[in-house]
Amino acid sequence: MKILVCISHVPDTTSKINFTENGTKFDTTGVQFIIGPYDDYALARAIELKEANAGTLVTVINIGLAETESTIRKALAIGADDAIRVNADPTDSFFVASQIAEHAKGFDLILMGRESIDYNGGVVHAMVGELLGIPSLSPVMKLEIDGSKVKMEREIEGGHENVEANLPLVAGCQEPIAEWKIPNMRGIMSARTKPLKVVEPKAVDKTVVVQKFELPPAKGAIRMISADNVAELVTLLKTEAKVL
Amino acid sequence: MSVLVFVEVGEGKIRKTSLEAIAYANALKAGDVVAVALGSIEAAELSSVGKYGATKVLHVADARLDKPVIQVYASVLTKAMQDENADILVLANSSLGTPVAAKVAIKTNASFVSNVVDLPNAANGFVVKRSIYTGKAFSFVELKNQKKVLALKKNAAEAKEIGNTIAVTPYAIALNDADFNTTTTAIEKATGDILLPEAEIVVSGGRGLKGPEHWGILEDLAKALHAGTGCSKPVSDLGWRPHHEHVGQTGVKVAPQLYIAVGISGAIQHLAGVNSSKVIVVINKDADAPFFKAADYGIVGDAFDILPKLTAAVKASH
Repeated sequence: MKILVCISHVPDTTSKINFTENGTKFDTTGVQFIIGPYDDYALARAIELKEANAGTLVTVINIGLAETESTIRKALAIGADDAIRVNADPTDSFFVASQIAEHAKGFDLILMGRESIDYNGGVVHAMVGELLGIPSLSPVMKLEIDGSKVKMEREIEGGHENVEANLPLVAGCQEPIAEWKIPNMRGIMSARTKPLKVVEPKAVDKTVVVQKFELPPAKGAIRMISADNVAELVTLLKTEAKVL
Repeated sequence: MSVLVFVEVGEGKIRKTSLEAIAYANALKAGDVVAVALGSIEAAELSSVGKYGATKVLHVADARLDKPVIQVYASVLTKAMQDENADILVLANSSLGTPVAAKVAIKTNASFVSNVVDLPNAANGFVVKRSIYTGKAFSFVELKNQKKVLALKKNAAEAKEIGNTIAVTPYAIALNDADFNTTTTAIEKATGDILLPEAEIVVSGGRGLKGPEHWGILEDLAKALHAGTGCSKPVSDLGWRPHHEHVGQTGVKVAPQLYIAVGISGAIQHLAGVNSSKVIVVINKDADAPFFKAADYGIVGDAFDILPKLTAAVKASH
């Protein structure tokens, strides 16, 4: 079986978000970049499937410029066999999905996170599925392969559903599909020599253009209420905040 | 010209976020607002969309659509856009709506944006504001193509009654067997509960509650407030509460009018799930809990002491 895992290169979840150049560029000062946390679950599940099924190969793909290679090497250290970097700035979901679809033919299973934690579009999996004409499901919390059939548990509002579909398919993953894996020393050493192919992007017509970024207005000061006067909170929520 | 709106139904009722999508479509002033609903739904419920601004409601009553199959829904909406001469599709972000919207966008060569938080600014192209970095920032995105698909975040528009009920138009469409490419074998859903992504008030508990057996006092407050209940990641990881109640960066993102956090320290990953709340109340016995910095109101105190008092105060105020 051939598994493709799509990873995003995103700011750590604890990052302070800022923009420069008049709100047109993300400020990378002091920001640490990681494999998208949801993509990390997808990768972990792929490695589990590889370990359980001899002959399974895991390829990772990232759409990004040269600075994402350390993130890709980390995925190789975790256990992927080889990698593709599409040399382009991942500006929007359709652009990214088009690039992935270009390289996803021939894979049985295409896994990624439910969303990237920078732009949160949450649709690349659906778009890749549509472009390839194969089923796509997200967010998938459990995924088991049974012959050519895949049995999944998908989160829905207020619960979950059990869904089945045939390979090949695309799944957007989230916890608890697998436990995150931490690369060991042997993995880190071997990752250095694993193949990382750099390819130029396919030309795609721009469907959306980001004009600028903005931060939300700063939060006002907190109002503390005494533990001995809890009723005052209810009064304030009614009369001042007007939310009750 | 018209704007198509996909309407979702939960437990027989049209979701409030879908009514917001109708209000949004109406505010676009880009022609008739045509709502589309799929599967078995009462006509009386469907006709109510007229009150929120829909001028027409199409209903595909095929029972095969009762269990939603994303691919089938996408094909039906694509056909409806053609039949209704609609350049724009609007719907609410959801586990069904968002992937359906993405597929329709590809089928119709439309520009697509999800997590839209406000009406477009048409002064300079068609530009919408969307939430990014898990609520920590916004971007302004221009949709270049003639066809546009928008998936809305909660509160992108206010659902208000502005008109009357309308007659339901049956919509006959041949479903393509090949589109049934996924099979739902079981659905497990907490019934009767207030859905977290839609709740106007959310009460969440953290490890400060010390164990699942103490959730009763939190649920009492939630009941008194008609609120949904959520929890922090550690609580869901420990199995005290189900994963669909986990609020945060890797869980549910909520956007209520009022969010009350009890015994949650306020890790940045939790804040990412609640930063779209209008008003945040934090109750924690540790005065240094970081959550107080992100809150509007705070009480330093023990959850086991404060919660019953607060529930009593809410009941007394009704």
